[in-house]
Amino acid sequence: MNRSPIAPGVSTAPGVGPKAAATPQSRGNSFSMMNRFAIPLGVFALLVVVLAIGIAHSSKLGVIVSPLLGKPAPEFALPSLTDASRTIKSSDLRGHWYIFNVWGTWCGGCRQEHSVLLEMRQANVVPIIGLDWKDKDDEALSLLQQLGNPYELIAVDKDGRQAIEWGVYGAPETFLVNDQGIVVYKFIGPLTHEAWEKEFLPRLPQRQAKS
Amino acid sequence: MMRRWALALTTAAVLMLLTTAVEAVDPTQMPTPELQSRYLSLTHELRCMQCQNEAIADSPVDLAADLRRQVHDMLIAGKTDDDVRNFMVARYGEFILFRPRMSLRTAWLWLAPGVLILVGAFVAVRIVQQRSALVTQDNEPLEEDIRS
Repeated sequence: MNRSPIAPGVSTAPGVGPKAAATPQSRGNSFSMMNRFAIPLGVFALLVVVLAIGIAHSSKLGVIVSPLLGKPAPEFALPSLTDASRTIKSSDLRGHWYIFNVWGTWCGGCRQEHSVLLEMRQANVVPIIGLDWKDKDDEALSLLQQLGNPYELIAVDKDGRQAIEWGVYGAPETFLVNDQGIVVYKFIGPLTHEAWEKEFLPRLPQRQAKS
Repeated sequence: MMRRWALALTTAAVLMLLTTAVEAVDPTQMPTPELQSRYLSLTHELRCMQCQNEAIADSPVDLAADLRRQVHDMLIAGKTDDDVRNFMVARYGEFILFRPRMSLRTAWLWLAPGVLILVGAFVAVRIVQQRSALVTQDNEPLEEDIRS
């Protein structure tokens, strides 16, 4: 590299400083001296703002806001896990609030939230509809027999098509659907007692329902 | 120097070829070459929501297979590429597209590179101007400095 003595602007600049007022070109230089700090500082400040916004928005990292919120829940007509002769239809649920819980016996998080679901059923505020996602019927039934069944109804989604309709990307996922059939809320991951009390209960209509 | 560059580029090219050869997650064959190429490009631009940095074409997880089947079925049913994209976005959100679409919310993503290039060009021009100004200054006689 051919390093001419004037090439590194930073090193020559201070030498030029004293002459600042002398020549017309040097006025441009004192201006750029200020810019040398002002511009990077400005860019830095902008960067800080952009990153701060990014960090603030990523507080729930990995949780993707469902585009279904505020929209009608997907229509379905699926076989019932507990009663082979029965078809569970979304149209039958119209007029009622319900919780739609996507689970499977292969899903560890579902095992984890099971006791919370049982507690929610006990509270008897809103029916829980299960979607048994890509599961084996007999395994699902035996698990429910072992741990207890928190569901009012369980629809079977053997091939995973229904889960796609709901935009499910990892069980457990839990939706709250209102009496108009609109998805009001979605919870991703294992339910907790806290989530039930802070996220679900306040969204439900006054608890006169079935107390 | 040149030879090193050539070597690096060749290695990079070979590695890229290798990765395409390895991705045999999805054996799906579409009935026509046209459908096949549309299927491939769609499955490569849809994100596997479970693994998030993989396309559904490359991901071995169950959900990716289900989404590939969905793309396959929709193409066979005569849907357009945009139908498929809209279907996915309506359910999974904009995030499922690796290449976000132009909208008010994503406009800055698309415009930022252009703006950055302009800013960079401006800064570069300024620096060159300043330096050539310094050169002319340095070439001026030193008398002034000596006198003061």
